[in-house]
Order: sequence, then structure tokens, then C-alpha cells
Amino acid sequence: MSAQAGKRDWGARVIILAPYLWLAAFFLAPFVIVLKISLSQTALAQPPYLPVFDLTAGWSGLKDFVAQLSADSFRLLFSDALYLFSYLKSLQVAGISTAILLVVGYPIAYGMARVSRAWQPLLVIAVVLPFWTSFLIRIYAWINILQREGPLNDVLMRLHVIDTPAAWLSSDTAIYIGVVYSYLPFMVLPLYAVLEKIDETLLEAAADLGCPRWKSFWLVTLPLSLPGVAAGALLCFIPIVGEFVIPDLLGGSETLMIGQTLWTEFFSNRDWPVAAAIAVALLGLLLVPILFYERFQQQSLEGGR
Amino acid sequence: MAVGGEAAESRATGEKPPLVRFEAVSKRFGRVTAVEALTLDIAQGEFFALLGPSGCGKTTLLRMLAGFEVPTEGRILLGGEDIVAVQPHRRPINMMFQNYALFPHLTVEGNIAFGLRQENATRADIAERVTEMLALVRLQGLGGRRIGQLSGGQRQRVALARSLVKRPRVLLLDEPLAALDKKLRAETQFELMELQRKLGTTFVIVTHDQEEAMIVADRIALMNHGRLMQVAKPAEIYERPNSRWVADFIGEVTLVEGLISADDAIDSALGQLRVAGIGVAKSGDKAWLALRPEKINMSSERPAGELNALAGTVFEIGYRGDMSIYKVRLADRTLMKVARANVSARGKASFGAGDLVWLSWPPDAGVVLTG
Amino acid sequence: MKRGASPFNTISVVLGLAFLYLPITILVIYSFNASRLVTIWGGWSLAWYRQLLHDDAMLQSAWISLRVAALSASAATVLGTLAAVALTRMGRFRGRLLLSGMVYAPLVMPEVITGLSLLLLFVVVNVDRGFWTIVIAHTTLTMCFVTVIVQSRLVGFDRSLEEAAMDLGCPPLKTFLTITLPLIAPAIAAGWMLAFVLSLDDLVIASFTTGPGATTLPIRIYSEVRLGVKPEINAVCTIMIAIVALGTVASSLIVKRGVMRRERAALGAQV
Repeated sequence: MSAQAGKRDWGARVIILAPYLWLAAFFLAPFVIVLKISLSQTALAQPPYLPVFDLTAGWSGLKDFVAQLSADSFRLLFSDALYLFSYLKSLQVAGISTAILLVVGYPIAYGMARVSRAWQPLLVIAVVLPFWTSFLIRIYAWINILQREGPLNDVLMRLHVIDTPAAWLSSDTAIYIGVVYSYLPFMVLPLYAVLEKIDETLLEAAADLGCPRWKSFWLVTLPLSLPGVAAGALLCFIPIVGEFVIPDLLGGSETLMIGQTLWTEFFSNRDWPVAAAIAVALLGLLLVPILFYERFQQQSLEGGR
Repeated sequence: MAVGGEAAESRATGEKPPLVRFEAVSKRFGRVTAVEALTLDIAQGEFFALLGPSGCGKTTLLRMLAGFEVPTEGRILLGGEDIVAVQPHRRPINMMFQNYALFPHLTVEGNIAFGLRQENATRADIAERVTEMLALVRLQGLGGRRIGQLSGGQRQRVALARSLVKRPRVLLLDEPLAALDKKLRAETQFELMELQRKLGTTFVIVTHDQEEAMIVADRIALMNHGRLMQVAKPAEIYERPNSRWVADFIGEVTLVEGLISADDAIDSALGQLRVAGIGVAKSGDKAWLALRPEKINMSSERPAGELNALAGTVFEIGYRGDMSIYKVRLADRTLMKVARANVSARGKASFGAGDLVWLSWPPDAGVVLTG
Repeated sequence: MKRGASPFNTISVVLGLAFLYLPITILVIYSFNASRLVTIWGGWSLAWYRQLLHDDAMLQSAWISLRVAALSASAATVLGTLAAVALTRMGRFRGRLLLSGMVYAPLVMPEVITGLSLLLLFVVVNVDRGFWTIVIAHTTLTMCFVTVIVQSRLVGFDRSLEEAAMDLGCPPLKTFLTITLPLIAPAIAAGWMLAFVLSLDDLVIASFTTGPGATTLPIRIYSEVRLGVKPEINAVCTIMIAIVALGTVASSLIVKRGVMRRERAALGAQV
């Protein structure tokens, strides 16, 4: 009996430790490193920063190490308006996009929840399928459409809405279109999951008590769907803040979003400490929403039982 | 389906016109017929029960009255007016749902006041009526609780309060006591009856529990396969069932098959049995004698003077505490059910398995059924 | 939710789907356009597909992407399933909150942050970047998706099946392997597919963690796209769309057939 218990313990430990160790090594440790590098100084060396952590240097090496840490990168972030505007722009784009996604995605999710059960799995696949085709491809498809000689201008000119081809690309509008297009499944699916679970007898009860259809939507369906709204909004807002590909391909060269700024600092300027500082500040900015999201996940999984 | 003897009694007695009338109502779902050409009256102030096995159509009928299903054919009249085209939220009918359907995002007070808020009642009026309702269902002071914090019995009361607060003309109850344990169910049954008497509202209850229907209802409509089998007061359904199906569905019964031989007798495999009357049946018709277990006497010797007396052996005893049901094997190897109250406090049975006994009953103890 | 969609509901869904599929449809159509210019329709042609077959660099990138995706998806599925089991079946162990946090964070974290942090890790530890660093990075990113899918399946799983098995003498580990695992297999398969597709499609993290000779398909497409619209790209994209579409439809049919067979078996058992 005790041998069996011991074996079970060992098995349970493996189950917990395997993913734990992997994530600790490849998720947590990297963040610590990012923090450390954000406190380093730029150097023309390989790797391009100082100090380099050297375990063999001993205690005095450690003291040197700490002495060389500097908050220069962070000071740069706060002093140069470029970075501030970049953060603000990212928050703005994320905020507005999330709002658009809600307005566009809710009717779709609601419609999906109301069709007969036979159609629903098909609709879910239909909504998810574009997401499974390459993200890059879909943005590229929009470049196709939005370019000067593209079909959008073609159609608009034929309908006499505009006279000369308009420049849709390299603009904020193009970014919004691309973002809404790419993140729509992330908004629709959590909403649909919550809407689909709403007990239909609740709506019957509302009708029985005198509520016409549109009113029972406001008083019963909408409040009960709020967890889905929150989950979808967070699932979209947080990653959009750090978006890189969409603004890079569809946006203009005026204010860059923070993801682009980070990329430029890292790849073009080879300024790793500043790039790391941008990442740390971004993480700090998003910490509260991320924690909210984590709480939601816990609640929804525990409440679902 | 031709039912032997009397026609299915569906008209309400009394001079007043019925409050609710189903007129030749049918409901089909694709190829399945849930309700078949049903005509039924429900009187004002009645506690009416729809009873039957699963799938008999009683819930469908209730939902048509509430407005959640639309009849394929027929009319539904409320106070003389056809309400089939009226949307559920416009009908002066309220329903207490089987799963209660309480709004989880509202408090007790919020749930009860919900219906009143749709009527645009004043804030003071709403508060007053909600307090009144809470007192009526004995939930005073719990107005601020969230639904998740309530027990099953408390939730049931909130559901009841919510459905009554609008003072509907008809209250529909869809298996309201199914989730309660036996003791709570018995208490709630009496509370429902008291409530109905006090308010005078017409209650229509759907249940598959025949005991419940017999206790609470003024009249019962027994349904099977979408049709009415018998509509009558509980005592009448029990004592004078109109068919073998009804006799078998309600309570326990022994059916003895035979041929009518005279105005007061049936010839069966057990000999000639005397009956009090054969109704519209004629001599030579096939008939069944329905005998309720409590109407049969059991004795160790042949009783003198009884016209109907049969010998048998006790085969099995079902002990129920208050009474025991004896299964007695007769000469033709059929079983007859006899019920005896356990009057002896010491729990000693008067008869044991294998005992030879005599069963007897007066001619008017049984009912002759031809269908 | 009540069945019975109003016209507004139907229109919303149709418009939504149209919006989602229109750009892809246009792209597919243009991949067959004989003319280079988007404004002129030159007739149907397979020229770009033929050109694609001769583009060695593109083909090699595709091969690299497929191998990275297969390896990382498999590793992610194993680790993700373990994490899901740990979170749902192991009760409240020490560090559960941290594990849960680490598992769900990549779902929302901006990819530039995860990409940067992984690259810095590899630099500090002095690992040569290339094929294997991308595999590690993708495994880390996609395992959380697998966990989400498998966890939601486990939470809804009927425990009485496991209890019945143990009641009949089956030890817990064996019960898991012979009873639970087969029944949640569709969720695990779905997780693998999702991890595969995410890896195949990833640009940002691959860009950070790649090295010489490990150019994945998205990286190559991206560098070409920056130079402007090219019809060969349309052809590549159309092929990828076709593969994914066929794969999704095939897998859903397989799952459906599996479900139908199980349901029929269950019904047969009842008769």
C-alpha cells in the first residue's frame, strides 16, 4: 500500500514539475533577464550591453556587476517624448479597436448563439477558420485590397463615392481595419461561449413576467453576458497594445506603436537595454489588465463546475 | 380512442362560463403529435391538475397556455377571448418554472419586482407589493439576498412569489415540487392549497406524481399520448375510473377479466362475481372488474353471507409502515392485491406468506369497465 | 440560448462571416490572375504557382516551418496536457497559482515581449540561435493554448466514469491512461492542431529567436511583403489556406464520425 502511495506521489510530482520547470526556465527566467538588461548600459560589444553576468568572477565580480547597473534606459524612456507618444498611441489604438471589436463582435456572437443547435458547430468552425489561416496572409490580403490600385478604390470609384484613388494604406484607418479583422475571432468566441450557456428558461421567465423581446435582452441577456464581454475585451486589448506586424505593414511612419518602437530599438539601433526597458515598462503598464484576466480565467473555470 | 362507458368528462360544472377553454387544440412537432384535438375547460378559482406519464402532452398544453408554444390547430380562450395570437409577455398569465428560472444577477427583491417593473408601477407600490409577497411566502427580511445564497426550498418560494406578485388570472405551475424532498414536498403541497384558497387565483399544475395531484387539485385531467383520458374530481377518478388505463394509472388495482352475464353479474375464470351495476354494457359484452385493494376483506375462514368470496394463498407482502399490501394467489394462478392497515402496534402481521386466506367484497366495491 | 434567430441575428452572422472571408477570397482569386497588376484581370493562370515551384528559398522555408511546427506542437501538447492535468486534478498544491499564472500569461502577452525575453535568455546562456531555439520558443508559446483546451475538457469531464473504473479495481494512473485519456483525446488532438497552426503562422517570436539558416516561411513572406505586393505571394498564401481548410474540415469530419460512432454505441447499449 505504501509502495503504491509512493509511486503515486512520484507520478504526481512529474505531472506538476514538468510543465512547471519548463515555464520557469523559458518564461519566468527570461523576464528576470529582461529586467536585468533594462538596467544595463549600451555597449559596442557582443552582446551589446554591459555588465555581463559572469558567475566565475566571484564576490568582487558580483559587486562590480551591481555597480555597473544603471537606470539610464528608463531615464531615456521618460525624458524622450517619442516613447511617451508611442505608449499613448498604443493605448489609444488598443482602446478604440477593442470598442469597435465589441460593437462588431457582439451581434455576430449573439446571432451564433441563437441559431439552431445543428448549425452552431459549423458556425464556430467558420468563424475560427480564417484565424487558422496565416495571420500574415490575412494582413497581406488587406494590403492587396487597400492599395492605391486595389479593389476597394476600384469599387468606390465605380460607385462614384470618390473621384481619385485614395491612400488607404499607411494610415491609422488601415491599422484599425487590420486589427479589427485579425482579432475578431478573439472577441466573438469568448462572447459566444458565454451567450450560448445562458439558460433559455430565464428569457421565458422574463417574457412571462411582461418583458418584450428587446427589453429582456437588455435586462437579462446583456448583464449575464458581461463576463464574456470582459474576457473578450481583455483578450483583445492586451495583445493589441503590443502589436507589431499590423502597424508595420499597414500603418504610416508618423507615430509608431510601442511594438514597432521596441523592434526598431532592438534590430535597427541595436540598443538592447533600451528595448528591454521598453518591454519592462510595457509589462508594467499591462500588469493590471493581465492580472484581471488571470482572475477571470480562475473564476470562469471554477464557476463552470 | 373509444373509452368505454362514459364520455370523457371535460366540461366544468356550474353555470359560470369557464375561465380557460382549450378548443380542439392540437400540437405537432414535425411528425410527432404532442396534443391531439383536445377540448378542456378550466373554471375560475379552480386548482386544476394536468396529470399523466412522461410524454403525455401535459407540459406542452401548459406551455401553450403560457404562450411559449403555438397550437398547430384550435383555439385557446381566456375569459372568452382567443389568446393564441397574444405574445407571452402580454398575457395575464404567469408561470412558475420547473427549474425556477430565477435571475442569477438579481437579488430576491430584484427577481420578485421584475414583473412589476415591466408594468411601470410606482417605486412605492412595487416596494409595498414585494414586502407583501415576501411575507406571504414566509421569506421576510431576505429581500437583499443573492439567489446563489438561498437553499432549494427558499428558491422555490422566491419563484412562487415572483409568479404571483403580478396577480395573474391564471398561475401555471410546471412540476414545481419535483426538486424537493418528500417531507418538504408534503408541507409545500398544503401551503400551495392554502395560498390558492386565500388568493382565489386559478392554479393549473402539471405533475407526474398522482398522489400530489389527488391532494392538491379540485379537478384532475388525466392525459395519455396527447389525449384526455378522464377529467373529474380526484375522488371520482379514483372510485369511478372510466377505463382500465385510468384504473391502473391511479393507485393500485386488480383487474378481473370476464363476460357480462346479467344485470348484476360477471362470469370470470374465478366464477360468477356479483356487481352493483353494469352501466351501458349489455349481456355478453367483455368487461373487467376493477377492485381497489382496500375494498377487499381478508379472513382466515370463508365469511358467511358474502356473495363474492374467493380462496387463495398469500404470495408476497409489501410492508409500507402504515399499511401492508398483500399479493394473494388465487385458484386460476392470478394475483389479487389486498391492502390492510397495520393496526397492531407490535408490527405482527395478521397473515404470513403461504397462509391460506379468503378474500371477499360486497357487490358495490368494484367498478365494471368495458374499455 | 433560445433557438429562433431573428432576421437581424441572421444578417449579423452573414455580414460577419462575409467580412472575415472577403479578403481571403480576393487573395485566392488574384493568385490565379495572369496579369501582375491588381487592377487588370488577365485571365486565369497558374503561372505564379509554377514560379513558386522553382523558388528554392521559399520551398526551403516552408519545409523548415513545417518541421518546427510539428516538433513544437508535439512538445507543447505533452507539456500542455500535463499542465492541464496538474491544474484540474492535483488539488491545491504549493505554487498552483504561479503555475496557473505562467500558463495563462502567454495567451495575452504581446509577442514582442515574449520574443525579446526568450532571445535575451538564449544570449545570456550562450546558445546558438537557429532551428532549435525557435522550436523551444514556439513550444513555450503554444503550450498554454493546449492547456486551455484540455483543461476546459477535463473540467466538464464526467468523473463518475473514473470512479466506476477505480471501484472495479483499476489503479488511478491506469484509470487515467485507459479511461480518461481516450475520452479527452479529441481535445488533445485539437490542441495539437492549434499549436501546429500557431507555430506555422508565427512571425514575431520566430524573428527574435531565429538564427542563420533557420528562416521560417512567415519570416520570408514578411521580408518579401515589405517590398510590395507580389503575385507569387498570393500563390503561396492560397496553398497554405487550402491546406489549413482541408485539414480543418477533415479533422472535424473525423471528430464528428467518432462522436457519431460513440453515440450509436451508447444508444445500442441502451436497447
